[in-house]
Amino acid sequence: MSRIADAFRGKKAFIPFITCGDPDLETTEKAVKAMAEAGADLVELGIPFSDPTAEGPVIQEGNLRALQGGVTTDKIFAMTERLRETVPIPFVYMTYANVVFSYGAKRFLSRCRQIGVDGLILPDIPFEEKDEFREVCNACGVQLISMIAPTSEERIGMIAKEAEGFVYCVSSLGVTGTRSRITTDVGAMVRRVKQEKDIPCAVGFGISTPEQAEEMAKSADGVIVGSAIVKLCKQWGRDCVPYIRDYTASMKAAVQRASTEK
Amino acid sequence: MSKGRFGIHGGQYVPETLMNAMIELENAYLKYKDDPTFNRELERMLNEYAGRPSRLYYAERMTADLGGAKIYLKREDLNHTGAHKINNVIGQMLLAKRMGKTRVIAETGAGQHGVATATVAAMMGMECEIFMGSEDCKRQALNVYRMRLLGAKVHPVETGTATLKDAVSETFREWTRRMSDTHYVVGSTMGPYPFPEMVRHFQSVISREIKEQLQEKEGRLPDAVIACVGGGSNAMGAFYHFIEDEGVRLIGCEAAGRGIDTLETAATISTGSVGIFHGMKSYFCQDSYGQIAPVYSVSAGLDYPGIGPEHAHLHDIGRAEYVAITDDEAVDAFEYLSRTEGIIPAIESAHAVAHAMKLAPTMGKEQIVVINISGRGDKDCAAMARYRGEDINE
Repeated sequence: MSRIADAFRGKKAFIPFITCGDPDLETTEKAVKAMAEAGADLVELGIPFSDPTAEGPVIQEGNLRALQGGVTTDKIFAMTERLRETVPIPFVYMTYANVVFSYGAKRFLSRCRQIGVDGLILPDIPFEEKDEFREVCNACGVQLISMIAPTSEERIGMIAKEAEGFVYCVSSLGVTGTRSRITTDVGAMVRRVKQEKDIPCAVGFGISTPEQAEEMAKSADGVIVGSAIVKLCKQWGRDCVPYIRDYTASMKAAVQRASTEK
Repeated sequence: MSKGRFGIHGGQYVPETLMNAMIELENAYLKYKDDPTFNRELERMLNEYAGRPSRLYYAERMTADLGGAKIYLKREDLNHTGAHKINNVIGQMLLAKRMGKTRVIAETGAGQHGVATATVAAMMGMECEIFMGSEDCKRQALNVYRMRLLGAKVHPVETGTATLKDAVSETFREWTRRMSDTHYVVGSTMGPYPFPEMVRHFQSVISREIKEQLQEKEGRLPDAVIACVGGGSNAMGAFYHFIEDEGVRLIGCEAAGRGIDTLETAATISTGSVGIFHGMKSYFCQDSYGQIAPVYSVSAGLDYPGIGPEHAHLHDIGRAEYVAITDDEAVDAFEYLSRTEGIIPAIESAHAVAHAMKLAPTMGKEQIVVINISGRGDKDCAAMARYRGEDINE
């Protein structure tokens, strides 16, 4: 059984995202440990990209801060390798196709296998383009995570059928970033996935408060939060770790409340 | 392999949120591109509104001065709004109407595509919002005013290098937010399928006319067709109907900025490598980790770190040649064409003129070169004066 499947077994998962190297890799490393200790079930590690077209302003700026600080894919691999020694939860890299392509997909994914990375999310790789990366991922035992969106409609069946690890359900139109309200019927999206395949569904985009997390967790198997954490990195810089720890704990508790209510 | 490939290039590298919009657009494009009613309407608007066909002008003084091949200028600068951009805009907006869209968004670099989009939106009664890098807003202040005058809302984009690539990213983000009533009028032969093919289709009127006009004037094909390349829409338009004619050299002129051996360049084929960005696989200026490089050119319209996937393929198979032209060479050519022929070319098009000035003297007098003058240079006058150290206000 994969580490990703374990993260969802018998519980609702809380999945924080962090941009590696924002403000520096030392802080990211501490923050990931803190999140794992505070109850995170899986961590999305963002490898920064110069032009992240699926991100709103908060994560765009996080990417630029990290790159300005001199972060590279190789330095992130080294940090992840160190983290793997002490942190047992699954790691999923979230980055853009060009970061993997330019490194050489085979070389990139071999490194992932070597250092114990479990999954990969590429927001600019839709179903139609996934084979180019999927084959290499499979050969290296890394799960390529599929995304579905409120606009996916009749595409959900075909995407779910070939999905692995978990399905990333995009809660709203537009780019990443906190939203005051989420109007999409996430429950319906999740049910449609499950008709096709018994696979965990995690909801992301726009979620920042414990109330939203609890609400979303009622209709899904997990909740993904990115911008709210990157905001803490921006606000507190190198002192962000305790704030991220507390935030993770409160979000994890909210997600758990949804599991017990059910 | 996915749809829209030119060799290894092209494809549809977009977020899932946009995929149904891409499919809707593809279906509309395939349904109407050979539809007689659609094409009659398109032709009528190109002729009556945009002023096509554009002239193919024999540049007699330039030919005599350079002392080599006969030089013809394809006068896309004479189109309404002053550039080739309107050919594509009219085509896409007629499609958008048929798809039931009421609002259009677009990126712009030099402002020419933004002006063309705002113009046709005004004429068709559609809502229009334009995204433009804040640096470019400064460089092309007159075009910002023109777009506003035409009723468009202009959003200055502050992210990244605040130039064309950032404007493209921001327009994609806006489209991801709102697509049910909104069409993104991509301005060049770039982005995810079907854009590179569709934009080339609407621009290919340029090479169709060149072929007919030159046949009439000279009874033959040209020896070379020269065009500037940013994303590559005027060049694809000028090349397309000559691709099968192997004796015709196709030459794309990229912006070298301060030189291809400097970091201040936008010459993608000369200095870039294969990557995936803005929905397509193609050549991009990037570092070894795939971070897109900040690029530079005196020309806001060529100041882009990528190139359309069909050009990337024509380069791979050796069917087209790509050369790099520096700022200095382009500005010299801008002044040269103005003085010699009384035609002020856009600084983008001046890159093509600059290469013709090198190439024509090496060719025989019986040979023929066609330069695509993709736009007029009125918008560039203040910036060119500043380049020469004259501080004038627009």
